[in-house]
Amino acid sequence: MHELTLATSLVDLASSHAAQHGSRRIVRITIRLGVLCGIARSLYFCFKPAARGTPCEDADLRIIEVPLRVHCDACQQIKTPRALYNFRCPDCGHPAPKVITGREMELVSIELSDTDDARGVNSALPAAEEISARGIMGMAE
Amino acid sequence: MCTTCGCNHGEIRIEGSAEEARSRPDHHGHGSNAHGHTHTGSHHSSHDHDHHGDSHAGPAAGAPFPSGEAARSPNLVSIEQSILAKNKRFADENRSCWSELGILSLNLVSSPGAGKTSLLVKTLEALRAEMPLWVIEGDQETSNDADRIRQTGVPAIQINTGRGCHLDAHAVGHATADLALRQHGILFIENVGNLVCPAGFDLGEAKRVVILSVTEGTDKPIKYPDAFAAADIMVLSKLDLLPHVDFDASTAIDLAKRVNPTIRVVRTTVTAEGGIDEWLQWLRSMLREAVAAQAAHLENRLATVRSRLSSL
Repeated sequence: MHELTLATSLVDLASSHAAQHGSRRIVRITIRLGVLCGIARSLYFCFKPAARGTPCEDADLRIIEVPLRVHCDACQQIKTPRALYNFRCPDCGHPAPKVITGREMELVSIELSDTDDARGVNSALPAAEEISARGIMGMAE
Repeated sequence: MCTTCGCNHGEIRIEGSAEEARSRPDHHGHGSNAHGHTHTGSHHSSHDHDHHGDSHAGPAAGAPFPSGEAARSPNLVSIEQSILAKNKRFADENRSCWSELGILSLNLVSSPGAGKTSLLVKTLEALRAEMPLWVIEGDQETSNDADRIRQTGVPAIQINTGRGCHLDAHAVGHATADLALRQHGILFIENVGNLVCPAGFDLGEAKRVVILSVTEGTDKPIKYPDAFAAADIMVLSKLDLLPHVDFDASTAIDLAKRVNPTIRVVRTTVTAEGGIDEWLQWLRSMLREAVAAQAAHLENRLATVRSRLSSL
């Protein structure tokens, strides 16, 4: 249920930035989610109802998933644990609770359709780690 | 509408005058930019701040992956801001308010029925002669828990979250305004019984406590890892029932340490004499830490004032 809180929070934040740029319509929202948040899929479902009647209504939600990386004090190196929530160094087995990446929950950028200085949208190809919102919705249906 | 913190949400209800504060004309509106906080309550009064101080223009400091997308489109606005920034600001405000008073603030999370309220009642009875205590109770409905706490003579405020599944920093800040906090006590915030949703919401507490009763599954720490990963201490409760249930305490502790290698563990039972002593000892040592931090903070401030004085 807290995914709806997060989705509404995201919609509020994105809408206020759009308003600051004199725009009433956002075409794309890019967010960064650490894998430990575990809400990527459910956020898509909550985003639609949360965005209804706001400048985010027709926006494509893109999620950049950030993998888990921890710091191993024994090896003095950044490592990728074998599984989520197994905070041990995959090489030496030492406990490694210092999370370097994996807990992110950030609004990266918004793409507007009608700013004052609009000169057309140059749509770029998605980056390797991006998931398409439509892709996930399609899978779920 | 601000759903991060519940303002104008129409769902969250706080007992007493804090609820009325929501409809006061001076109550802040989160929808506007760059506004001052104008609460009349004691909690927020000394913390005027700008909610939207963050600039949208550049990447946040320490952002692990700079987007570098700005060149792609003239309509692309780089933001780099936490989705929970609003809750974080309220949480930081709570934290600084409580730490300036040398208060130990605790956020208690568990599944429904793990024994949070029973543990609290016993704890309050044991400590109330030693230090000031306050309780904030979070439940979807009813003031049953706050009523039970008030019977011990300790002041308590109930927050009903309605359909909400967790407390947030804003509602908790309002609730403390009515608790008349003083120096050097313990503020217990009993979150809504839920091992999932409260984990991601900082209330501004100094320490997070997760309670696991022996009537639950041994593998709960790995089934609901977020709650255990975010906690400072795990309380194993209802230890007196251990002979009657299929619960392996040492495995449960191992699993909790797997998701959180630094988690501390104490065992409690509220039915036996001395059954919560280890927990009480931890509370006293944490209060001592809170007061020591306050002393260090005040000494720093005094040193700044003295150095200014000597230069005049």
